[in-house]
Amino acid sequence: MSLITTLARLEAVDSGCARAAATVRHRHLSDRPLVFVPLITAGEAGAPLGALVGTDRDAPRLLVVPQPRDRDLRFTFLAELADVILPYLDSYAQSVEAAERTETDPETGKRVKVETELCADAPQLIVPSRAGLDLVRLLGRSTRFRRTAEQDPEAPYPAPPRVPLLGRWLTHYGERARVPGSSLLLALTDLLSRHWATGQSGLEDQHLGALLAWIDPPAGTSGAEAARRAELARDAAGQLLCPPAGPATDPAFDNKLLAPAFERYDRARTALAAAEDPVEADERLAALTVAERAVRELVESRTRPTWDAVWRGLDLLWALPEGARVAERWTRDRWSFTGHRDRVLAGEPPQPRRDDAVTAANKLATREREQARLEAQEALDDPLEMAGRRLAGEAFAGEVTDVVMAYSEGRRPSPRPLVTVRTDDEPRLAERAKVFRSLGGRPQSAEFAGYADGGGLVLRILDKMGRGKEPEPGSVPEKGDRVCFTLFEHEQRGGAKLPDPEETPWTHGGPPGEPVAEAPDTVTEGDVL
Amino acid sequence: MTTVDFEPGAAAARATDAILHDTLHGTERGVVVDSPPGAGKSTLVVRAALELAGAGRSLMVVAQTNAQVDDLVLRLAEKDPELPVGRLHSSDADAYDKALDALPHVRTSAKAADLAGLPVVLSTAAKWAHVTVDEPWQHAIVDEAYQMRSDALLAVAGLFERALFVGDPGQLDPFAIVGSEQWAGLSYDPSASAVSTLLAHNPGLPQHRLPVSWRLPASAAPLVSDAFYPFTPFRSGTGHGDRRLSFAVPSDGSGPDRVIDEAAGSGWGLLELPARHTPRTDPEAVRAVAAVVRRLLDRGGAAVSERSPDPVPLTAGRIAVGTAHRDQAAAVRAALADLGVSGVTVDTANRLQGREYDVTVVLHPLSGRPDATAFHLETGRLCVLASRHRHACVVVCRAGVTELLDDYPSTEPVQLGTLVKFPDGWEANHAVLAHLAEHRVTWRP
Repeated sequence: MSLITTLARLEAVDSGCARAAATVRHRHLSDRPLVFVPLITAGEAGAPLGALVGTDRDAPRLLVVPQPRDRDLRFTFLAELADVILPYLDSYAQSVEAAERTETDPETGKRVKVETELCADAPQLIVPSRAGLDLVRLLGRSTRFRRTAEQDPEAPYPAPPRVPLLGRWLTHYGERARVPGSSLLLALTDLLSRHWATGQSGLEDQHLGALLAWIDPPAGTSGAEAARRAELARDAAGQLLCPPAGPATDPAFDNKLLAPAFERYDRARTALAAAEDPVEADERLAALTVAERAVRELVESRTRPTWDAVWRGLDLLWALPEGARVAERWTRDRWSFTGHRDRVLAGEPPQPRRDDAVTAANKLATREREQARLEAQEALDDPLEMAGRRLAGEAFAGEVTDVVMAYSEGRRPSPRPLVTVRTDDEPRLAERAKVFRSLGGRPQSAEFAGYADGGGLVLRILDKMGRGKEPEPGSVPEKGDRVCFTLFEHEQRGGAKLPDPEETPWTHGGPPGEPVAEAPDTVTEGDVL
Repeated sequence: MTTVDFEPGAAAARATDAILHDTLHGTERGVVVDSPPGAGKSTLVVRAALELAGAGRSLMVVAQTNAQVDDLVLRLAEKDPELPVGRLHSSDADAYDKALDALPHVRTSAKAADLAGLPVVLSTAAKWAHVTVDEPWQHAIVDEAYQMRSDALLAVAGLFERALFVGDPGQLDPFAIVGSEQWAGLSYDPSASAVSTLLAHNPGLPQHRLPVSWRLPASAAPLVSDAFYPFTPFRSGTGHGDRRLSFAVPSDGSGPDRVIDEAAGSGWGLLELPARHTPRTDPEAVRAVAAVVRRLLDRGGAAVSERSPDPVPLTAGRIAVGTAHRDQAAAVRAALADLGVSGVTVDTANRLQGREYDVTVVLHPLSGRPDATAFHLETGRLCVLASRHRHACVVVCRAGVTELLDDYPSTEPVQLGTLVKFPDGWEANHAVLAHLAEHRVTWRP
């Protein structure tokens, strides 16, 4: 946590209201995101209870599993979910623009430009909380290997069509969400706490209701009071007034309301199965419908407040201006979406259960590079973020007090002007340390040449001055200019090329070989309850 | 001093011979050597390099930092000035130590092709990762292999047929700046150390251990061995009395002077400040560290060791200050500058790895903290800080760390399939503190 964020949090505690932690929005927000508010069943990992999902804040689609332990009902839920999410994804897959990509030519081994297409925009999924991200991954993992009756007529419990495809997309989005700065799949609590500092801990910030209460308290109350009520207040029946954003539900709700509703549903179903004549069956079917509707209403009552809170949070975020470099990162998300669209179209198999050594190393390298890029870009986009870096001695801003022209030694002397910058910041500069400033969006580098006599830092500008003997106009700061230099680089170098997975060396177990089908877990008593 | 059953020089020589035999004549593709702090790892690398080159095997050497590579080149040239050596470097300015330019048989280049055919080529893992070859090197030596990440080894392992991996398992593990839990437990977890991946896939590789620390004095080796290497003990190459630290100016009775005398006499000193929760750059503790350094220099220290019969003056260059965080190091540097001290190395544990000084002054990682996080508890961090010295180590710490350790159990999630590292940071910290308590000087600045 930077000193600026610590200060913002202290101010939030003091004033009882969240403080801005950013002056711009650091993540891309689609103008038509798909919001997904899922709930799961307590005690059974990955058993969905229901969800509100959709792109229209006034007309969410309610999906419910009236008996989460029934696998058929679970599949029905997933099929319905696929029917909402896949058309949304498809609607972005068609509209493309021409683009270029650098690829290694398999014959010559040279890097060549290839004409290709890039989706003009990408679909964006929003879940309320970080636990929602994990559930997206879990749903992806549990569905992408399922076989449909069409794929495998012999499979004992075929999945509905399109469910495996849903699993592949959820897996892709879940993995992409691990890349720093990506915006394909976002958790609203992460987004909000990135842009506002509250007077509570980071752990407490994961409660969407409490977080929103700090940021946007109801009139007449302080954020701290409102947050406390959002977290703890219960009605006369002992139910939370602000249900948790899920996917986990409140135990009081599970025990007092949900469990009896399940029981009534089970009884109605058993009764229907035991019906002996059509008249009796009709009556019992009506009773089952009533029982099912009761569960639906319960699920809606616990997801709808969260649904509304998510849109309220999105409104707050839409109101912030987008950071200058956000679009560039979103382009990478579009590449990611386009790439997966192409893999699906090409009929490639689903993502493997585990990454092989090379894929894992590549992913880690990408994420580390994106993390460094994100940190640099956020600082360049946002003076508040840069202030934190300046306080940490990783950047400095000041006024140019002197410019002396100088030249490099050698056959063709190039300009190496010496610029004196007076600053109140205390950068941690080592001798000949490299520093960078943004010049028309491109980094210009300089090296620290020492301290000036009258105070101030002397910097030797090294590049971006053109090819001539005289620097191009505007490429060297002038006396009186305000400048901001960073000690960190603005752009990240590409990492080393790793071997292909088939060339995995002996130190890492050699090539992974053909994937071997793993035996399914043996059926235990718990599986056939 | 020698004991009947253990003559350090002979034991070290036996270990080295076995390592060289396996490397030159063994059948396995790899050999792993664990080396405690100051056990002659670099000497071993240089010797193995010379023998492999002498046997006509093309050899590449992989180290982790440019400073390590340059140091190895200089050592190689010192041992065998006639051996043609290639130093592959990055295309940045100041990519390598300019001292290398003065060596006639060392060729430097940023392109691997320029160095083709030389018996030995050295570079960093990061640079090697960009090299492609048709014909792999017959042999590689990977230095500081425990500090190399598994993914870095993956990038270079295609360049060689066989390799000698040398490193210190007790020092800081490599780390990633983003979460890598999703691969925890996989044998090839890219954020794990190169050696753990290597051994997970090749459990049969011969593993050796250097048994003697030539750096640590007899006062420090048992503690470091017990606290950080309980299953692979080592001993010091010198005995009690082989090394002495004395000061011309007598103590003025202040806390820094008393702790300096304690450390000079026993090898360890703990300067304990009153218990208090402080910011990371605890101004009192930082000033106390600076005051100890100032007094070390002012009091005209002289070190006697097996290296020379005459006392060697304790100069700024032979003193280091170790901290956990970079901002702490910056604060100590500023405090030293205020006291007019220059030339003393002040750095974090990560950057002090592999370095050696006569006296170290350490700001304890847990000093003044309200919590004990995994970062501050990491065994390797404390091990690095407590094992850089040839004579004495002074630790500056606020009281109450023992209670802190007991109040905060480890809360890191348990990952299936990962190797649990023993001893854990909690235990190692307790072991070190228990020993330091015997050399405690309490001081209220």
